[in-house]
Amino acid sequence: MKVAVVVFPGTNCEQDVVHALRALGGTAELVWHGDADLAGADGVVLPGGFAHGDYLRTGAIARFSPVMTAVDRLAAAGRPVLGICNGFQVLCEAGLLPGALVANRDLRFICRPVHVRVESTASILTAAATVGDVLRLPLNSYEGNYTASAAMLGELAATDRVVLRYCDPCGAVTEEANVNGSLDAIAGVANAAGNVAGLMPHPERASDEILGSTDGVVVLESFLIALRLAAVR
Amino acid sequence: MTPPVATESLHRSLGMIDDEYHAVVTILGREPRPAELAMYSVMWSEHCSYKSSRAWLARFPTEAPWVVVGPGENAGVVDLGDGWLAALRIESHNHPSFVEPYQGAATGVGGILRDIFTMGARPVAVWDPLRFGPLDDSHNRYLLDGVVRGIAGYGNAVGVPTLGGEIELDDCYTANPLVNVMALGLLRRQQLVLSAASGAGNLAVLLGASTGRDGIGGASILASAGFDEASGAKRPSVQIGDPFEEKKLIEVCLELYRQGLVVAIQDLGAAGISCATAESAARGGMGMDVDLDAIHLREMDMTAAEILMSESQERMLAVVRPDDLDRVVALAERWEIAASVIGKVTEGGTLRVHHHGEVVAEVPAASLAEGAPRYLRPYHQPDDLEAAWADGPVLPASVDVPSSLLRLLADPAIGDTSPIYRQYDHQLFLGTVVEPGHDGSLLRIKGTGKGLAVSTDGDGARCALDPQRGAARIVWEAALNVAVVGARPYALVDNLNLGNPEKPEVMWQLIEVIEGLSVACEALGIPVVGGNVSLYNETAGVDIHPTPVVGMLGLADPMPARPPRLDRAEAGMAVWLLGPDDGDDFAGSAFARVVLDQRRGRPAAPDPAAGRAVVARAIELAGWCPVLHDVSRGGLAVAMAEIAIRSQVGVVVEVDHWQDLFTESPHRLVAVVPSDADLDGAMPGRRIGTVGGDAIDFGRHGALDLPKATAAWAAALARHLA
Repeated sequence: MKVAVVVFPGTNCEQDVVHALRALGGTAELVWHGDADLAGADGVVLPGGFAHGDYLRTGAIARFSPVMTAVDRLAAAGRPVLGICNGFQVLCEAGLLPGALVANRDLRFICRPVHVRVESTASILTAAATVGDVLRLPLNSYEGNYTASAAMLGELAATDRVVLRYCDPCGAVTEEANVNGSLDAIAGVANAAGNVAGLMPHPERASDEILGSTDGVVVLESFLIALRLAAVR
Repeated sequence: MTPPVATESLHRSLGMIDDEYHAVVTILGREPRPAELAMYSVMWSEHCSYKSSRAWLARFPTEAPWVVVGPGENAGVVDLGDGWLAALRIESHNHPSFVEPYQGAATGVGGILRDIFTMGARPVAVWDPLRFGPLDDSHNRYLLDGVVRGIAGYGNAVGVPTLGGEIELDDCYTANPLVNVMALGLLRRQQLVLSAASGAGNLAVLLGASTGRDGIGGASILASAGFDEASGAKRPSVQIGDPFEEKKLIEVCLELYRQGLVVAIQDLGAAGISCATAESAARGGMGMDVDLDAIHLREMDMTAAEILMSESQERMLAVVRPDDLDRVVALAERWEIAASVIGKVTEGGTLRVHHHGEVVAEVPAASLAEGAPRYLRPYHQPDDLEAAWADGPVLPASVDVPSSLLRLLADPAIGDTSPIYRQYDHQLFLGTVVEPGHDGSLLRIKGTGKGLAVSTDGDGARCALDPQRGAARIVWEAALNVAVVGARPYALVDNLNLGNPEKPEVMWQLIEVIEGLSVACEALGIPVVGGNVSLYNETAGVDIHPTPVVGMLGLADPMPARPPRLDRAEAGMAVWLLGPDDGDDFAGSAFARVVLDQRRGRPAAPDPAAGRAVVARAIELAGWCPVLHDVSRGGLAVAMAEIAIRSQVGVVVEVDHWQDLFTESPHRLVAVVPSDADLDGAMPGRRIGTVGGDAIDFGRHGALDLPKATAAWAAALARHLA
């Protein structure tokens, strides 16, 4: 069971994701964006950072990297594909996830812990969690403000694909807790099949007690479980 | 055709004085060519040559068994044990940030990161100590906002966490803000790379961005002269940053080192190609032949002088063996980084520059790098100083403690700084154990059980009153800041921000500051491993306060499993005050500035024996205390309020006199511990109160409601950044 962690020029969270996955017993290897295959990986993580400098628009150039063809194939085969922060932006831009991430409501970069409520456990993102769980995860983005068309928003809600919403420490979804102004406070979504998912907060940054929170472990474990399940099927 | 000889007036427009021009003539034995004069003008600028300060910088203690590289290289390097080294450096980007705050601050980050990875280290953290004029002025707010956005925009995208810094506000910085930046890198011992070019026939490869007209003369025209009303016209001297290019450059360089493909490397910062070629050649005792036609340019028809002086960002000059060139180029191509062979290392020490088939410069490399004149400028103590010392702050017989505390907490330099540091990625690399917003940052070195603590500290208000004592006190404060997260002071870098050194009073300040820093470092037994001097911080003839800013590196070995934090106080815990007796130390204090509006008197001198004892005690206590907090700006009252606000629980503290709450006597520490813990022992200390309730309660001196205090503290800076 091997996870490919993709490195675009400008990606910067790749080692953190590898570190966190390995700490949970996963096997993770870096894959260069120019490689057209994923070296036999069973799942893929697109980590955070600034792929291609985020120039033009976040993810707009990364979606054309050769590795994205392989990511497409893996997604179509039902294998788990997870986008964290910039990786989420790339998946949206590549059309593997619905919606888009735009500049934060206050037009400032936000690096702070936020709370998110688990809204669904139907996807690889939170399969090991329970609906209603409140997770404290670090957010670290300028373009973290989720948006989608009204039709898409309706479809996401109807098909249980809104996975995480920003909330307060008690789990209430409030305007104040929705720090970047995301539509419907959405922090994470999944595709229809549930095997492709993305979130703006960084679970790998909340996977060690010494760093202040281990709430991200359930997200990474969900991914690793999905990895095994997909191989069994 | 022989290139034209430079006219004598050209040197003045390049920022050189007549004597310096004549010194060049003496070195060359002829009139310099324009390109040569351009090179000397930037390399001999105050910014690059330290010509006014160098003689005095020799005062710094720079040796310790753990120093691997001391001052003089791109960054200082110290040995952390287990094969790990740390590289550290501090710099200023004051003038560019005043002219263009976003790009000035952004390129300050970019520049210092190159200094770190030039040494072979991966940059792991950045700190940004900032100084502006009061924020009720809209232009000062514009500068602060732009600088913070620039640091965030560059630092976040380049993929290096920014762990905060500090902020000070004073009128003297209105027309001359200070934007300092410190960076830390980690490397394995075998990765250490130096800048000395060696091996005649080896190739000089320029890596990274193209060379353009941005930043021409930044070192000489911007950084080495004061400001006047026409300073807006200096905007073309500010460089433009590209963090994506730098990110790729970091990865390429680290991979080049890993594969052993680099003989030497030098970043291109101030003075651009002139500096990189001259310094690497001079350090290796070699010469270099450079072909400007091989340089990838951003603009057509740049003159030789412009190419040599350009400070375009994100460029590195690597010296590589000819046999390795193909591998170097291939690696650069993989990362989409341009690489051009622009020269060759030669015997003999001559730097020879070709352009359009002609030799446009032919000078001894060492004369550029090390031949700048040294000035022993006259200095004297300001005439009115001793009178000002005698005339200390006048303290009222009684004060309203709660309202005074509220005013202090609402001061934007004291209140919550999260509106700044929450714009910085401060978590990348999973290393940040104690994040910004505490006394010192703490980073773990994964896999070693060790941690590195850093604190950046400055205090222009106190240094203005007594530069030597003020400078010494910031070293002691920084030492305590790293100690409270469990780290032993290990090495220091310093950035000396001062006014115009041609004024004897400013030269005196410089000398006093160096003395104060040196004495404190000696008392702590730590080396100064690098520094920067930023002079000419004056506008319209008015100088800033002497403002040394230090970056203290501490080594926590072992790192506490649960380091103290400000937010770990719980009801029922006991509050102890440790350190020497309080004493009334109000000169330069926050209370004198904010509450009394008085800026006079003489700050207390540090007490080395007491300082060492409290630092040692803090390191010991950090192993188990929930909360350890140094008493600094705003005194005990503010220290207690910070603990209460961050922990969201009240405190009840008893002291004899109201003065005890606001004095800023050095070497004092608050510890919050379980109620049955007894901290009596090796050093003076007393239990002063308990945690609990919903107020910051000073008994008969009055109480401040916690929600009210929290609101004032939270809004202090935020309201200026809305």
